[in-house]
Amino acid sequence: MTDTHLSRRGLIASAAGLATVPLLGGQAFGQDKALTLLNVSYDPTRELYKQINAAYIDYWKGKTGQVIKIDQSHGGSGKQARSVIDGLQADVVTLALAADIDEIAARAKLMPANWQSRLPNNSTPYTSTIVFLVRKGNPWKIRDWPDLLKPGVGVITPNPKTSGGARWAYLAAWAYGLKNGGPAAAQAYVEKLYKNVPVLDTGARGSTTTFAQRRLGDVLLSWENEAHLTIEEFGPNFDIVYPSISILAEPPVAIVDKNVDRHKTRTLAEGYLNFLYSPLAQDIIAKNFYRPRNAVAAAKYAANFKQIALVTIDDTFGGWKKAQATHFADGGVFDKIYKPT
Amino acid sequence: MSDQILPNPSVGGAVARRRLPRWVEPSILPGFPLAMGITLAYLGLIVILPLTALAIRPLELGLSGIWQALTEDRVAAALKLSFGLSAIAALVNAPLGLLLAWTLTRYEFPGRRILDALVDLPFALPTAVAGIALTTIYAPNGPLGELFAKVGIKTAYSPLGIFIALLFIGLPFVVRAIQPVLQDIDREVEEAAQTLGANSLQRAVFVVLPAIAPSLISGVSLAFARAVGEYGSVVFIAGNMPMKTEIAPLLIVIKLEQYDYAGAAAVGLAMVGISFGALIVINAVQIFLAGRGRR
Repeated sequence: MTDTHLSRRGLIASAAGLATVPLLGGQAFGQDKALTLLNVSYDPTRELYKQINAAYIDYWKGKTGQVIKIDQSHGGSGKQARSVIDGLQADVVTLALAADIDEIAARAKLMPANWQSRLPNNSTPYTSTIVFLVRKGNPWKIRDWPDLLKPGVGVITPNPKTSGGARWAYLAAWAYGLKNGGPAAAQAYVEKLYKNVPVLDTGARGSTTTFAQRRLGDVLLSWENEAHLTIEEFGPNFDIVYPSISILAEPPVAIVDKNVDRHKTRTLAEGYLNFLYSPLAQDIIAKNFYRPRNAVAAAKYAANFKQIALVTIDDTFGGWKKAQATHFADGGVFDKIYKPT
Repeated sequence: MSDQILPNPSVGGAVARRRLPRWVEPSILPGFPLAMGITLAYLGLIVILPLTALAIRPLELGLSGIWQALTEDRVAAALKLSFGLSAIAALVNAPLGLLLAWTLTRYEFPGRRILDALVDLPFALPTAVAGIALTTIYAPNGPLGELFAKVGIKTAYSPLGIFIALLFIGLPFVVRAIQPVLQDIDREVEEAAQTLGANSLQRAVFVVLPAIAPSLISGVSLAFARAVGEYGSVVFIAGNMPMKTEIAPLLIVIKLEQYDYAGAAAVGLAMVGISFGALIVINAVQIFLAGRGRR
């Protein structure tokens, strides 16, 4: 009897121990000798970077004769940034928002604070925006932001605390309120909006699954590219609705200086990020429903990108640092929405 | 370890006859120093070291900061939800797990071994898979969720959904704790009770139950401890709404994602503290029951 108890207690102990093992790991990556690049990215870019990487491997082989390997890692933008801070050996980071790369620069000092000025267009080779994805035929007649407040409409969006896309969506909603009545109206609008949210997933992909596969909710606040991808993936059961106003989402890219110097991959990494601005990559980017910077690609795929009023984080919210502190920090505006009344 | 049992060289010959403290007394089994050394080193490395790190981190906030972090409405609600639902799930699993264990050990029927193996599935399944499977079934458009929705009960994305997930992961702990004891109970004792005129209820309550009570409690406490820390299967079915269906482990992840390491560690420490307290109480009850059973 006593023996079995002891061993069972031992079992809990070792289980608790095992749970901490992943925290200790993470340092072992990026040690192999072959020229390998690790791109740590956010949730919806899987398909995009799979194609970009294949193109870059070809390009690099043609240019230098070297055969290289590119690994990709995807997850919620904040989580990915934290992994890099904790020691994930990323050579380049391509995240959902500048605030997350700022954290890497500030906390782990892996790159200079002015990282965003090192590449053209604020280091954002592509942009995107937040659109509505509704069920086929748009049964709730959702045309613009106010329609999301209709009683009974279920709005699906991830938790802004954990998802970069959700933060852009939240700010887009706020921008609508701001343009239609000022700050107080914006807060009132956003509060009402989140009252219609039945589930808060932790990432953009989770929300897409909830909406498309579990058929929960009536409208998904989605990355524009993710909305197109959902239609490709799940068939024509959905319609994309462009609201009157949204936000220009700028997902930035950066080299992780300390890591590329350690891995001796700086030229390769710099080439990779510059390649994103090349006509070839811009075409792939546009094909994957990200808004390209390159005018030729933009013109070629213009039909996919409806022109709507887009505010930017800098002119409407005073930059990410301010937006983060005001809205998403503990005790910020988002937390107040869920305060018990 | 008071003074009089420590060997004292000045007293001379009398020392040898004095009783040594129990732990110095040579055991019948050899290898005590080695076994103990490995045990301590292993426990230290695997359990105590990470726990120490966990205990040190929140100190950055200062005691008042820790208190503030833990009494925040959202944290308090998450802790209440996690511990409350885990306790309920473990308690519901107690009678049902007992019944399952009883059926599996006391009766012989075709397919018994298959059923027996099924009990272990929640152990073996990756928790994320379990979570996704449960969500698929209990979502409003899932086969069971649809039925519940018809009578106006929300299963997935509600506390009930979390409860279902916790029932699922807790069940094998209860069954597996009771089963071996149930198998080992001397049937003769029950038969003796029967010859002395005990009816079946009396035999169950006064003969079988005291024998399995300690292991039942241990199984329930294990199910409880596991449920409190469960993350993978719950986040899919919970809906994760702050104040309503946000479990404490998810809140830790959210805090980490906001780079609030100290705050996350504070919540973790509170969870360890509460779990540890609960396990101590459960252990005390167990020792009490075991002592009574022996008399």
